[in-house]
Amino acid sequence: MNLLPFRLGLRRGLTAFITTTTTREGMVQLVIFNAVPLAVLILNRDEPLPGVGVALSASMLPGMLTLITAFGVQVIAYYLSSEREDGTLLRVKAMPNGMFAYVVGLATVSSLDALVSVLLVFVPAILFIVPGVPIATAGFWLGLLGFLLLGLLACLPLGLLIGSVVRNPRTIGGVGFVGTMGLAFLSGLFFPAQALWGWVQVVVQVLPLYWLGHGMRWVFLPTEAAALEIGGVWRIWEAVGVLGLWAGVALVLGPVLLRRMARRESGSAVESRRQHVLQRT
Amino acid sequence: MTAAAPGLHVQDGFDADGPVIEVRDLRMRYGTVDVLKGLNFEVRPGEVITLLGPNGAGKSTTIEILEGFRARSAGEVSVLGVDPAHGDERWRSDMGVVLQSWRDHATWRVGKLLQHLGEFYAPYSTPSRRRPIDTGELLALVGLADKAEQRVGTLSGGQRRRLDVAIGIVGRPRLLFLDEPTAGFDPQARREFHDLVHRLADVDGTTILLTTHDLAEAEKLADRILILAAGRIVADGSADALARQVAGRTEIRWTRAGERFVHSTDDATPFVRDLLNEPGPAVTELEVRRASLEDTYMEMVRRYEHGVPGDEPVPFEGVVR
Repeated sequence: MNLLPFRLGLRRGLTAFITTTTTREGMVQLVIFNAVPLAVLILNRDEPLPGVGVALSASMLPGMLTLITAFGVQVIAYYLSSEREDGTLLRVKAMPNGMFAYVVGLATVSSLDALVSVLLVFVPAILFIVPGVPIATAGFWLGLLGFLLLGLLACLPLGLLIGSVVRNPRTIGGVGFVGTMGLAFLSGLFFPAQALWGWVQVVVQVLPLYWLGHGMRWVFLPTEAAALEIGGVWRIWEAVGVLGLWAGVALVLGPVLLRRMARRESGSAVESRRQHVLQRT
Repeated sequence: MTAAAPGLHVQDGFDADGPVIEVRDLRMRYGTVDVLKGLNFEVRPGEVITLLGPNGAGKSTTIEILEGFRARSAGEVSVLGVDPAHGDERWRSDMGVVLQSWRDHATWRVGKLLQHLGEFYAPYSTPSRRRPIDTGELLALVGLADKAEQRVGTLSGGQRRRLDVAIGIVGRPRLLFLDEPTAGFDPQARREFHDLVHRLADVDGTTILLTTHDLAEAEKLADRILILAAGRIVADGSADALARQVAGRTEIRWTRAGERFVHSTDDATPFVRDLLNEPGPAVTELEVRRASLEDTYMEMVRRYEHGVPGDEPVPFEGVVR
């Protein structure tokens, strides 16, 4: 099998990540985006969480890392939608193997975005801020890596789906941000989900975000913290199952929608969108 | 263009001496609107063809069908020996598309982008057609050698356009599509671009299909001009042939005894002979001007877009094939 398009995609993603983060806007965004969770952690550093015996900051960290991963949905959807509008997609479509490399590149740049943000929050957090993270055990690292990868696998194809359907990148920027934050709120990333109405609990347990958060908390928190989960127990196999299902569905549907979207891409389509944008501004 | 060795034809997947583009009765319908009503034309290797036509005549649709970016409603199309609806990646590697870019890859550096996009063509390199073109060489060719480290988003409109052209030819294509390539160029950039097109056609034997609204450009670049109006090809020939066929009348201006004269005629030669043989004061400032491509174009579009009863084309003798 010819691996060149795959390699080109990886390199493309890496270059896109570097060129974006080395612009002033990219740098500012990266700093602000990650300074907020770190500030929240510092403020709640030694505050104890009543009844479980861990610090409040320790209970928040897994939710934050989950949220950062989940923003991968928005990031990749935004990239796809805006690069369709500005003609990038058409440009790569005119190249041999361009579309394949492009999608690999998108997944790469979005994963890098998420992973660098995770590192920027996680490393200072475990070194200087949050007490009681079990970093000395192999299980912690395996669990962290496993859920991060599974989370990206579930989130990125979902973002591709959204980005290939939603036409306007500004919609994804605005609605996507509010939607992700809202969903994070309802999925118990900031406080236990059972504080909310029963039907909300049912709905969020269909979506991947709750389960990614659940898995992350299981990795970070002591066994007895299960008392704060829905049902009062850790449901790790359910978490892996639901996330895997989302990853599977999106990976099957994604290429179909992407192909459909790419087929419609042409010079006149890009030009009409350009006219549209110029009228709006 | 020299003929390639026979073995190369098989290796390259199509007959290098056959037509590069072959279109038979191409039709396109959007809903109930017929945009293309049966196009027929051929483009031979190494030819530079200009597609002219008013907005809405179907130029973009035609080009997009040939590029494989749009499905046609009916008709037979073959580009580089392949139906564009079923072109594979190797087929794609043989053609270049110069897009009217807008702001894609704005954060990338010029040299890096060109190098990255060139790498897609490396697997299709052959001894006779080395791919991609070296980045430095290509940047020099389009006059961007000193911009390699600049971000794409900081280029001026004309520089950006030249980068588009560079991306279009980085894979050393056999067939190049140029959609209004010089829109927004200043006269010098335009002149340099024309030289580049000539070089591509003459040195590399690249077949080029371009659209433009600039008739002087069409006249200067094209071996052959196709005029598209109301979904049909209404003319197909060299700029000279078209001018002879249509407007037909030649304008003659001269000065005699300080007075200016103007005369229009179908056949200028006998008129001028008689004029110069007339006794009396000498004729000075003699000027013979045949109908320009612009006159031809306006006349053809006028006849086809208006006053064609029953939507049936009235072919120009000897012009429509």
